[in-house]
Amino acid sequence: MYFLRRLAFSIPLLLVISALAFVLVRLAPGGPFDRDRAPASPEIEANLRAKYHLDEPIWKQYARYVGDLAHGDFGVSLKYRNHTVNDIIAQGLPVSMTLGVLAFGFALAVGLTVGFITAARRGGWEDYVGSFLSMLVVCVPGFVLAPLLVLVFAVKLKWLPVALWDSPWHMVLPVVALGLYFAGKVARLTREGMLSAMQSECVTAARAKGLGENTLLFRHAFRLAVLPVVSYSGPMLADLLTGSFIIENIFQIPGIGVFLVNSSLNRDYTVVVGLALLYAVLLVGLNLLVDAAYTWLDPRVKYE
Amino acid sequence: MSDLLNSVSQGAGDPPVPQSPAAVSSAAWLRFKRNRPALASAWYLAALLLAILAWPLALKVAGGGFAQTHDPNWLSDGQFLPPGSLHWFGTDVHGRDVFSRVLFGAQISLLVGLVGTLVSLVIGVLWGAVAGYAGGRLDGFLMRTVDVLYSLPSVIFVIVLITTLGELMKHAPLVAHSPALAKQIRVLLLFVGLGAISWLTMARIVRGQVLSLRTRAFVEASRVLGARPWRILTRHILPNIFGVVITYLALTMPAIILYESFLSFLGLGVEPPMASWGTLIAEGVGQINPLRVYWWLILFPGGVLVTTLLALNFLGDGLRDAWDVKAR
Repeated sequence: MYFLRRLAFSIPLLLVISALAFVLVRLAPGGPFDRDRAPASPEIEANLRAKYHLDEPIWKQYARYVGDLAHGDFGVSLKYRNHTVNDIIAQGLPVSMTLGVLAFGFALAVGLTVGFITAARRGGWEDYVGSFLSMLVVCVPGFVLAPLLVLVFAVKLKWLPVALWDSPWHMVLPVVALGLYFAGKVARLTREGMLSAMQSECVTAARAKGLGENTLLFRHAFRLAVLPVVSYSGPMLADLLTGSFIIENIFQIPGIGVFLVNSSLNRDYTVVVGLALLYAVLLVGLNLLVDAAYTWLDPRVKYE
Repeated sequence: MSDLLNSVSQGAGDPPVPQSPAAVSSAAWLRFKRNRPALASAWYLAALLLAILAWPLALKVAGGGFAQTHDPNWLSDGQFLPPGSLHWFGTDVHGRDVFSRVLFGAQISLLVGLVGTLVSLVIGVLWGAVAGYAGGRLDGFLMRTVDVLYSLPSVIFVIVLITTLGELMKHAPLVAHSPALAKQIRVLLLFVGLGAISWLTMARIVRGQVLSLRTRAFVEASRVLGARPWRILTRHILPNIFGVVITYLALTMPAIILYESFLSFLGLGVEPPMASWGTLIAEGVGQINPLRVYWWLILFPGGVLVTTLLALNFLGDGLRDAWDVKAR
């Protein structure tokens, strides 16, 4: 019931987001048909605007847009004339998704391991090194890390390719550059969660029963500690899918991120609104999914 | 450690004794000073700030050739010189001194961080305080708005917003005649825009604090004595959430600095000849090629950015532990 209500609420939310993006891009001066050289004659431009219905009042344009959306049609790109926004998404999204999901897996694997070790060896040197590294990694933005990785592993050592997205070897550097920040976040969350779990009543009870420290760590504390990681993983996956365009730009990966910045500068209205909407759908959907996963993992959690 | 101090000051088993704000903050300072990473971070930031302020002065005082070779905007023939005794951080594609550019870029980066944080402070504290104090429908409305804003893809909206508003500003009649003013307005826009998207968590935290404070006896007493809501808010509630707010500010600032460098990296932030850490890193990335490795163009601006963020985060964590702030 709760989830049905949330689902129903997300539709007006997405409408508001699309309307905001729709109005914002059109507020900017200049239009999709501006050219640096040899400006089109006013007649040609007027024709173009009429063809794409840009001469209509904005509410009418929006109504038309929503009508098309209902059929799953995101419209036609105004800059790349023979491409629809659906084409662009169909082309770029699989690549962006692959990058995002791989980075997600990397972040979880590394983050959970480091978090677990630092918590299990609390106060030891593993803890200090691990905790410092996870703090450091959280402070290194992708656009600093990525070029440094390229300089060291691709240009200097020549172990891995510099850019592009052709083979699994091409994916290593982008995935690490994108995922390391989140690995740090996950490690910090896991460590904090483990430490508070080790002091919780159920772990104390289990210890009183005479269970070994390892069983305690793996079977009891770790299960409690992953809960905050689960609730973070929704926004994390959304961030990974949306925040990858810097990495995509640096490594020249043909995902959707490249289109976002360019089309926003080019006033390619339909592409900007379409991509903003796509990201919003991902964000809202993933958050919903996480809340659902939460009730399943932790039966104490109830939504009314 | 914080539990220990609390139990000493309150006595085990006794009902919690409300402490005066002064006692709370002096205990917090004591805890903060024992946190070595946080203290070291504070010193590092102070040193960086001093360097940023002193460097332009030093150039003026030294004058002559030294000032010219270290002028961040002076183009020389010595391009891509590796770090050495003359150019500590090397030189860039136009033969400009990278050390100087990093320090001058720091002015922009830190200023954006500071002003953006203040903007987020004002909006967040007012929003949260009003929501928490008013309660009822107004609270519901204000906090639902925050929920909606949380689910916006903020990066995309900032990109769209900045390109849109930036262009609008360029065409405004006041600005059209002076490009310099247009650039300053763009930086101003960055300040406000970044602050305007970073206040959400602050509003939530402040609301939670205000909700618990408003039922306390001293607030009730003040209300019974006939104090108006505005007076209660400014005299009793806001001073009591000071520690929480300061802590969260220290954690917001690195986020905003990161945001600014990210936008500048994309070419949407400050424009040349102005430079921030983000634009410097972007310039370094532009020089990556398989033949020569100009590592100093990325490592030094990036390193200063990373250590600053690191220090601010350690500082924020230290403050949070000292004041024992709960995020939820």
